[in-house]
Amino acid sequence: MKPAPFVLHSPKTVSEAVAHLADIGEDGLVLAGGQSLVPMMALRVAYPSDLVDINGIEELQNISVENEELAIGATVRHARFYDPVEPGPLGRLLTSIVHHIAHHPIRERGTFCGSLAHADPASEWCLVAATLGAKLVLVSQTGERIVEAGEFIDGAMSTTREPTELLAQARLPLLAPSARAGFYEFNRRAGDFALGMALAAYDDDDGLMRNVRVGLGGIEDRAARNSAAEAVLEGQRPTQSLFADAGRAAAESVDPMEDATTSAEYRRDLTAVCVERALAAAAASSSAQTSR
Amino acid sequence: MERHPLNLTVNGKPYAVETEFRKTLADTLREDCGLTGTHVGCEHGVCGACTVVVEGKAVRSCLMFAHQAEGMEIETVESLEKEGELHVLQEAFAEHHALQCGFCTPGFLMLVKGAVERGEELSDAELRHLLSSNLCRCTGYQNIIRAVRAAIDTFKEKASAVPEAAR
Amino acid sequence: MRNEKATFGQSVRRVEDRALLTGKGRYLDDLQPPGCLSVAFARSPYAHASFTTIDKDAALAMPGVIAVMSHADLAPHLRNDRLVVGLPSAAITLKVDRPVLAIDEVVHVGEPVALVIAENRAAAEDAAEALDIDYEPLDVVSDCRAALEPDSPTVHQSHDHNCLASFGFSFGDVDQAFADAAHIVRRSFDVHRGAAMSLEGRGVLAVPPDLDGVLSVWSSTQTPQALKTQLCQMLGLDPLGIKVRTPDLGGGFGPKLVTYPEEIATTAAALKIGRPLKWVEDRREHFVATAQERDQLWDMEMALEADGRIRGLRGALIHDHGAYTARGLNIPYGSAVTVPLPYNINAYKLDVQVVLTNKVPVAPLRGAGQPQAAFVMERMLDAAAETIGMDRSEIRALNLVRADQMPCVKPLKLRGGTNITLDSGDYPATQALALDKAGWQEFPARQKAALAEGRYLGIGLANYVEGTGRGPYETVSVEVQRTGRILVTTGAAAMGQGTETMLAQIVAEQLGGDMANITVRTGDTTGSLGFGGFNSRQTVVAGASAHQAACTVREKLLAVAADLLEADAADLEIVDNTVALKGVRGRHLPFADLAGAALGLPGFKLPGIKQPGLLSSDQVVIDDMTYSNGTAVAEVEVDPRTGQVCLLNFVLAHDCGRMVNPKLVDGQILGGIAHGIGNALYEQMVFDEDGQPLTTTLADYLLVSAAEMPQIHIVHTESPSPLNALGVKGVGESGVIPTAPAIASAVENALAPFGVSITSAPLSPQTVRRAVRQAGGAA
Repeated sequence: MKPAPFVLHSPKTVSEAVAHLADIGEDGLVLAGGQSLVPMMALRVAYPSDLVDINGIEELQNISVENEELAIGATVRHARFYDPVEPGPLGRLLTSIVHHIAHHPIRERGTFCGSLAHADPASEWCLVAATLGAKLVLVSQTGERIVEAGEFIDGAMSTTREPTELLAQARLPLLAPSARAGFYEFNRRAGDFALGMALAAYDDDDGLMRNVRVGLGGIEDRAARNSAAEAVLEGQRPTQSLFADAGRAAAESVDPMEDATTSAEYRRDLTAVCVERALAAAAASSSAQTSR
Repeated sequence: MERHPLNLTVNGKPYAVETEFRKTLADTLREDCGLTGTHVGCEHGVCGACTVVVEGKAVRSCLMFAHQAEGMEIETVESLEKEGELHVLQEAFAEHHALQCGFCTPGFLMLVKGAVERGEELSDAELRHLLSSNLCRCTGYQNIIRAVRAAIDTFKEKASAVPEAAR
Repeated sequence: MRNEKATFGQSVRRVEDRALLTGKGRYLDDLQPPGCLSVAFARSPYAHASFTTIDKDAALAMPGVIAVMSHADLAPHLRNDRLVVGLPSAAITLKVDRPVLAIDEVVHVGEPVALVIAENRAAAEDAAEALDIDYEPLDVVSDCRAALEPDSPTVHQSHDHNCLASFGFSFGDVDQAFADAAHIVRRSFDVHRGAAMSLEGRGVLAVPPDLDGVLSVWSSTQTPQALKTQLCQMLGLDPLGIKVRTPDLGGGFGPKLVTYPEEIATTAAALKIGRPLKWVEDRREHFVATAQERDQLWDMEMALEADGRIRGLRGALIHDHGAYTARGLNIPYGSAVTVPLPYNINAYKLDVQVVLTNKVPVAPLRGAGQPQAAFVMERMLDAAAETIGMDRSEIRALNLVRADQMPCVKPLKLRGGTNITLDSGDYPATQALALDKAGWQEFPARQKAALAEGRYLGIGLANYVEGTGRGPYETVSVEVQRTGRILVTTGAAAMGQGTETMLAQIVAEQLGGDMANITVRTGDTTGSLGFGGFNSRQTVVAGASAHQAACTVREKLLAVAADLLEADAADLEIVDNTVALKGVRGRHLPFADLAGAALGLPGFKLPGIKQPGLLSSDQVVIDDMTYSNGTAVAEVEVDPRTGQVCLLNFVLAHDCGRMVNPKLVDGQILGGIAHGIGNALYEQMVFDEDGQPLTTTLADYLLVSAAEMPQIHIVHTESPSPLNALGVKGVGESGVIPTAPAIASAVENALAPFGVSITSAPLSPQTVRRAVRQAGGAA
């Protein structure tokens, strides 16, 4: 299980990196944390001619809050989220989610943006990005473009990134101080890929749910918001029975994946459970107003 | 089979080697540095047998190419025994029968070394979650959990036993 | 009683550990002789295909590639094209021995087709991938039940059916037992086990003869003796011209007891090119080329009296054998004889069909058919208890073999033809201990309280009897060397279970108790007749030989010392590696002096002994197996909406006779239980209808991790075996046997409000959820 040969490039700046990508073209890949890419190379299901290793580019290691957005550089590793990266509900939410991503040594290397670029349907960060409306900054030699996460993720392991582009940064809008957010993931063992998961967030408007966002991961071929569930909830009072209604609505609306060990029927069943439990977790979450 | 020069610092010692870009850190430690205590169990990042510490962080050495570790400080299982004395973690593994075939053991030791040396207060669930990173087919984990717990306690005791002036 | 330091029965530290903890273990891949080249195998991507040509040109042109060898290239160096490794059985009607490399047909994904030699493994893999082989896909047999249909395709083109063997077991008047029964319960079971997944895969290093003219072969095998025999036969070698050794093994768990084509092919190729060659199995190869246990399909009926006593048991078993015979009929045979063992059953009939499929061969995995048998019997008892309305523990207590029946001769025969005799133990008492520890009586109150909160708790139990100590013998030699150090040499093979410590403890018990003065060499194939490690046998058979050899050496030590000290041997004791006159300070002789004296001097009489040297080599022959027993109790919580099973508590009360080292016994049991939990809930080798394995990474084939393990409570009881001087029994497979049925029982109990019946293993969340839905529950 040794990777096929390739050429390794180790740029020190983004411009050097995108210059390499432009030179290499179709057969090159960006190497960030490598925690998904390197196994694929060892199994010889990925055969890049060249790898552009971005780990030495200092400007990509930053995380900051600018203009009500959390800006996450391309080599910010999962482990950075062990402690809240910002004091609001978003920081707390990301900290609660990061412990579901694989295992500790993987989190020390794997990156937030790498997860988005890999676009595994069961990626927690893809779910976060799709549900909360992340904006992704793609840089190439010809310039920069910003794409919504929903536009970026194009299917299972598929994105709209061009081979010459580097996903340099992800920008997540901060959650409102009154926001409540909850996450639920179902997997067979600790650290496994989710068989199903849901993320729910809403603003608490004097007891009514506003700006409801419900996303599903691991169920369909990509992480995405579920409008059927959101429609049930928007403007309503959060109750357990309403959460169950939302779960059922989501289950009826999804087009679940099927694989060697998991049927579409089972994933549809899980959809309702995940949505219901994520909403319950959101309702139970402390908002900034109550907990400070 | 084009090889490229590479400098690594392993267990405080410099190594100048030449490897292909595609060679993993695990294979390089074993074959080029002669440090065969790091084991390769799955080569796809799941089993954790190859876990080593790079720049203070426990990572899978099968998921890093050696050239990515250029100039970095790497610690392997060979670093734990000091002048014939076992590390508290090694002592605890022996005392609590936390190893059988021993193939996964170096990975477990390097996985938890940091937590032990920091004297981390881990709940049972947190410790199990940390250990769930690595696979063992022999022990059923119970004795590994017991050993790590004991090692954390011993390390804390030893640290607090050092006289104030010596700290 | 001697006043010397005791080691037998003590939880001493292992002698193996220091090297393994410091990175100084020597596993197969750590051996790197100068000039050693790497081997990779090109393996079949098809479950069934024919081929005629292997185009090597592109591969040979690649950098670092030294040679590519197909069957045709190796054939001139082989005495036989095929590796005959199956245990003999008259019931086998189809001869399906493995070729060393595929000849013109491949019959499972992963079958080795060509061997590539290169300067390193990566280059060898590049070349293996570049071989052009003109496969013509053929019809595939992917399901062992469908394989028996008259119109099924065949696994091998040369055969016209897929039934490798049909045989049966029968005793008592089964028809009568069912004719008069108050109750009859019927169930069908689908019991799957998966892969071994030792953390180290297989591997072989072959070093051609050098100065000493001896071919050196190192293999990560449980049976170095069998490998040596096969290499001699296949390569036409004189046993004096080959040395087979085992390095440290990174786990075995069964499949490494088989001799494999890769071991023969690599050695043949090394001889052919005259260079050291090493092949190390990678994880993907372990999934497709190392033997597994897989599917057993059971249809069973049990007849009972109104009070719950079993009148008879009958049924049929279909066993997936895989594409070739890698070991023989021992797994289905073991399953069939194990089903009725723990209980008093007067009538039993089982028809067994062993069926070929286009999948990697089946060979023993920890438990070797016994876990499946326990699953079937214990599930049947739960079904019977439910039908009759009895407590699940009571129906077992009523039917278990009792202590007053021991030794209990069963009307079933071992493969060698002798009757199975349960040698000792108090099975009902062991069960009672387990129930007590697990809080069985109080459980209904816990269950009711949880249910009131909407949580589904369940408890379940399972009994087992484990056949251990497979005979006939294992050689152990004990020698006090000229240096005073004790050397123990044995054919027993270590694979991580602490064999060296076990033997050192037994020998030290007789020779003064200093384990640090003992070196143990396992896996010896030069001076030791024997078989190696499998079937929980080594503590019993090697232990018995070690004990006898150590006792003989003790007598010799004392006799030499008595002569030199001019004392009576009865007045001597062994202290600190010396023989000393009891109670007299200063009157002692070190082992080194005694060993020197025992060698003799030209022209002088030997001191107090008739044969020179402080050594003894023994083979204690034990034909009958000794039976360990126990009871597992599992407590679970099931989420009926997701189907997730969470283990809350697990108890195993067991009896493996006298324990050499209780801490190591615990270790064996804990590891076995973890494997059993995998078999109960996680581990499944999934194949599609084309025979393609779909679970060939550790992200797809799920091993239990620390997070899934419940707290495990072990209760020891000791009923010495009357079959050996130490009273020991084996324990290596005990933990795995009752675990899946105990968990299945608990899951069924938890889901009793839905009326769910559990009849398969492993139980994925999807399986549990489907069962709940089918029972009409939990939308």
